[in-house]
Amino acid sequence: MTVAALPIEHVTPAQAAWRRFRRHRLAMAGAVVILVLILGSTIGPFLLPFDDKFIDIMHRFAPPLTGAHVLGTDELGRDVLARLMMGGRVSLAIGIVAMLIAMGVGIVIGTFAGFYGGVLGAALMRFVDAVLCFPAIFLLLALAALIEPGILATTILISATAWMSVARIVEAQMRALRERDFAAAAVAFGASDLRIMFKELLPNAMAAIVVAATLNVAKAILLESYVSYLGYGIQPPAASWGNMLNNAQIYMTSAPWLAIVPGIAITLAVTSFNFLGDGLRDALDPRLDIH
Amino acid sequence: MARFLVNRLGQAVLLLAIVSMLGFAILHLAPGGPLSQFALSSQMTQEDLDRITRQLGLDRPLPIQYADWLWRMLRGDWGNSYRDGEPVLKIIGAHLGATLELMATATVIAILLGCWVGILGAIRRYSIFDQLATVGAMVALSIPTFWFGLIAIYLFSVTLGWLPSGNRHTVGEEGSLLDMIHHLIAPALVLALVETAMWGRFMRSSMLDVINQDYIRTARAKGLPEWRILSQHALRNALLPMITVAGLQFPTLLGGALVTETVFTWPGMGRLFLDSIGYRDYPVVMGILMFSATMVLIGSLIADILYAVVDPRIRVG
Repeated sequence: MTVAALPIEHVTPAQAAWRRFRRHRLAMAGAVVILVLILGSTIGPFLLPFDDKFIDIMHRFAPPLTGAHVLGTDELGRDVLARLMMGGRVSLAIGIVAMLIAMGVGIVIGTFAGFYGGVLGAALMRFVDAVLCFPAIFLLLALAALIEPGILATTILISATAWMSVARIVEAQMRALRERDFAAAAVAFGASDLRIMFKELLPNAMAAIVVAATLNVAKAILLESYVSYLGYGIQPPAASWGNMLNNAQIYMTSAPWLAIVPGIAITLAVTSFNFLGDGLRDALDPRLDIH
Repeated sequence: MARFLVNRLGQAVLLLAIVSMLGFAILHLAPGGPLSQFALSSQMTQEDLDRITRQLGLDRPLPIQYADWLWRMLRGDWGNSYRDGEPVLKIIGAHLGATLELMATATVIAILLGCWVGILGAIRRYSIFDQLATVGAMVALSIPTFWFGLIAIYLFSVTLGWLPSGNRHTVGEEGSLLDMIHHLIAPALVLALVETAMWGRFMRSSMLDVINQDYIRTARAKGLPEWRILSQHALRNALLPMITVAGLQFPTLLGGALVTETVFTWPGMGRLFLDSIGYRDYPVVMGILMFSATMVLIGSLIADILYAVVDPRIRVG
C-alpha cells in the first residue's frame, strides 16, 4: 500500500497574515477606500477644471451637479470638490505625519521605560499618566491658542496629544519581551542595551505597533477636524476637511451640502483607518484572533 | 484594603503634582508668559510691564513661583479672569451645572443603550444584529461629534422643526422642565453616540468573557433556565469591569462635551473654555484645564477603588 503524499503547503508568516487580512472584508474595503482617497486628493486636483482657491462670486452657493461643479460651490463660489481634494491632501497628510511623530516619541519613551523599568520606567510612565489626565481636545486647544496656527504647528500639537497611548502599548510589550530567553541570549552575547532594545526586542513588538499606528492615523484625522472646525487649526484660504465645516453651520438652511460633503469625507477616512487597524490586528497577531 | 487605598491615594497625589507642573509649564509657555494679555495692549510701555512683572512676583525663580501658584490653587485662589476680573473658580462653578446636566444625561443614555446592544450582541454572537452593531459602533466612533451635531440640527431643527437648534432654555421659560428637556434631547443624544459605541463594545467583550466560563456551564448543566443564567450569573459578573470603563471614558466624555456645547451653544464649561481661548483669557483656560484634569484623576481613582470594593481579587496587586 502506498501512502499518498499529503500536499504540504509552505506558508510564510507574511502569507498567513495576508490570508487572514483578506478574510476581513471590512478591512479590505477600508484599505481600498483609503487608496481611493489618497489617489483622489493627490491626482484629483490636476484633473479638475477649477482651482480650490478660485473665487467666483457670480456662482456662489451652486448646488451639487450644477454644470461642471459636481459637488456644488461654497459661499465664495469656490468649487467644493476641488476644495475637498486639496483639503484631503492636508487632512490625510496631517493624519499620517502626526501619527509618525507620535509613534516615534511613543516608541522611544515606551521602549526605555519598559526595558529599564525601575525608577526611570516609573517616572516616564507616571509622566504619561499625567498627560493622559488632560482630555485631548482641551490640551490641544490650550496649546493651539499659544502658538501661531499652521499646518506644521497643528501636526506637532496633534502628535503631542497622541503619543501617550503608543508609549503605554510599547512599554507593556517591552516589559514582557525583556524577560524572554532571546533577550537573555543577546545579553550573553554582550550586545549593547540600545542594540537589544531596538534590534532584538522592538521587532517583536511590531504587530502591536503597526496596529497602534493605523488607529492613530484615524485619531489624528479626527483631531485635525476638531481643531480646524473650532478655528484653531488650518487657516483659510487653505482648505482642510475640518475648516471646510467652519462656516457650514451658518449656511445650513440654504446650502446643506457644504456641511454634509466634508463630514462624509472625514467619517469615511476615519472609519476606513479604524477598520484597517482592526483587520491588521486580526492578521498580524493570531493570538488575538477572536474568530 | 487599607494598604490598597493608601497606595492608590499616594499615586493620585503624585499624579496631581505632575499634572500641576504640566499646567504651570503650559501657562509659562504662553508667548509673553502670564502677562501676554497686557503685552499685547498698546496702553502699556515696557516699563509698566517690568513693574507689573515685579509686582506679581514673576521675576522670581520658577520653582518658587510654582510653589506659590500651587499653594494658592490649593487654597482655592485660582486667579481672576482677564475678561471681567471675576474669580476663576466662581466662573467655572457658574458653568459646571450645564455641563454636568449634559454629561449625566448622555451617560445614562449611553449606559442603557450600550449595555443592551453589547449584551444582546454577546448572547447572539455573529448574528445579523451583532454584526450590524459591531460595524455601527465602529462608524459611530469615527464620526466627528461636531459634524453629527450639525447633521442633527439640520434634520431635527431646520428640516423637521421638532427640536430647538441650541441653548439650554427658551428665553422667558427658564423654569419650565419641559422646555429644559426639549433643549436637552438633541445635544445629549449627540454626545451619547460615541459613548454608546464604547459601552457597547466593552459590554460585549466583557459578556463574552463571562459566558465562556466554567460556572456558566455548570449553571446550564444544572438545568437553570437560560434567562436566569444570563441575568443572575453572567450579567452580574460582566458588569463589574464596566466600572473601569466608566473611569476610562471620562476624558472622552469631557472632550465630547466641549464640542457638543459649541455646536448647540450650550452654556457649559466646554463653551466657556473655547470662549476664553478666543479672548486669550489664560487664567480661565488654565483653570478649566486643571479642573478637568483633576476631575479625570478623581474619576479614575473612584473607579479603581469601587472596582477593588466589588472585586476583592485585585486588591492584592
